[in-house]
Amino acid sequence: MNTTGARIGCGAGFAADRIEPAVDLVERGRLNAIALECLGERTVSLAALRRLADPGGGFDPMLAKRVRPLLEPLARTGTRLVTNAGAANPLAAARMVRGLGADSGVRTSVAAVVGDDVLDRLDLSAPAWEDGRPLREHGEIVSANAYIGVDAILPALETGAGVVITGRAADPSLFLAPLMHELGWDPADRDRMAAGTLIGHLLECAGQVTGGYFADPGPKPVPGLARLGYPLAEVGADGTAVITKLPGTGGRVDRMTVVEQLTYEVTDPHAYLTPDVALDMTGVGVTDLGGDRVGVGGARGRARPERLKVSVGYRAGFRGEGEISYAGRGALERARLAADVVRERLSGALPRLRVDIAGLNSLHGDALAEGGEPYECRLRVAGLAGDLATAEIVGEEVSALYTSGPAGGGGVRAAATEVIGVLSSTVAREQVHTEVVVMDDTDDREEQGA
Amino acid sequence: MKVRLYDIAHARAGDKGNLNTIALIPYDPAWYPALCAAVTPRRVAEHLSDRVSGEVVRHRLDNVHALIFVCPRAGDDTVTTSLHLDTHGKSLGSALLELTIETAGPADGTAGSR
Repeated sequence: MNTTGARIGCGAGFAADRIEPAVDLVERGRLNAIALECLGERTVSLAALRRLADPGGGFDPMLAKRVRPLLEPLARTGTRLVTNAGAANPLAAARMVRGLGADSGVRTSVAAVVGDDVLDRLDLSAPAWEDGRPLREHGEIVSANAYIGVDAILPALETGAGVVITGRAADPSLFLAPLMHELGWDPADRDRMAAGTLIGHLLECAGQVTGGYFADPGPKPVPGLARLGYPLAEVGADGTAVITKLPGTGGRVDRMTVVEQLTYEVTDPHAYLTPDVALDMTGVGVTDLGGDRVGVGGARGRARPERLKVSVGYRAGFRGEGEISYAGRGALERARLAADVVRERLSGALPRLRVDIAGLNSLHGDALAEGGEPYECRLRVAGLAGDLATAEIVGEEVSALYTSGPAGGGGVRAAATEVIGVLSSTVAREQVHTEVVVMDDTDDREEQGA
Repeated sequence: MKVRLYDIAHARAGDKGNLNTIALIPYDPAWYPALCAAVTPRRVAEHLSDRVSGEVVRHRLDNVHALIFVCPRAGDDTVTTSLHLDTHGKSLGSALLELTIETAGPADGTAGSR
């Protein structure tokens, strides 16, 4: 246990994030732990489908690419790795990482946290948060994963494992657990739980707190955005922290970047709910210390939710899309004519159809799309259908604009894919049984513990 | 005076299922009271009516001078089933900053923005 403080970094904010900044953080950050957040709401459902097709798959396909350059510096610096990249199959992910260690001669103990998959226990009559209708009315359900928290992750850290791989753990819990482990925080200390959750929330999107997703040349410049460094927190035993980044990296950490991330995806700042605590951020102080250092503190915690949130994936049909561009004099009028033609040709073929002109109104609609005519614009047509063949008609009709649409169209792209919808509901805590499986490379046994 | 939000504030949008959150943060905290007065949930709902339906809820974070708007998306438009180009609605922060408000100006009487 460390009573003076801990250092924790974030090396990925989503499944497709960049890899190099994580290596830099482990090499130079003097970290106790680094977390990689790789699991969006939809990602775990898509992973569950891949696991159905291949029982050895279903974890983040980028995991090997991400972990391979990290294993040696992790072992050399004594930094521990926590990641939810196990997605729908943390056990297979852990086995793969252990194999990577063996191949590269790095001795690493890997622990998998399993048990977030509650598909066989899901109450299908429970209402979906999104529309209040019972889950079963939305279509064939393919996955159900409960958001697990520090209760599940701490036992894995206590085994001494260098790498801990989870499935659907709540994002801030990936940070709170190693902080608790390092600083000896008591789970009954709600303000410490809230402080660690706040730190996790600020770090979890990686580059978003260091100037990523922030730059607007002029009012919001970000130096060296191409070399954006990822964040780390210097955490005191009392839960106060400094958010910062490594010297020499691009980006910026100041009051503006931290407040944008503080408010990100927050639906109730009085009670930001995780499996571990209800974080009240209305008393949080953000102090710009200069030099890419921002102090945060003042998080308050209340009792954690009684039930766990569960993310439910269901088959929602097939999305068909087609795009074509027009440029030069009259481009907008030709795109509008093309839109009318496609709409007429697809009339009644799909239950839902959307036609936009990218460069004009595809993001915010017509009301805000005032001003001059763009030099070039791109027609975009998207539809949702019950079967793949019908969804493909959208792209086929957009492609047909080449020879039977307005003049000068170019650059057609067409695609059709299955849509996995995601709904949220809750599950009783006692329905969720997590356990830790340790894979130690000193022998071939897999030890199982509660 | 009329002020476009883009000239005095920055924003970040996030998403949860069939909700979008949009934070509005003045460059200069002196503008925070003016934003609280002028950028009402109803005003935001009207301004974003292409993408947002139902009641917009506003939270004040006085401690960091930020407003959070929680916006329900229209009908069956969830992040995963959306037909929009921006399925997540991540560009909605820019849409909010296009809003022009009528205001007496910043609390300290300066015209300072960023």
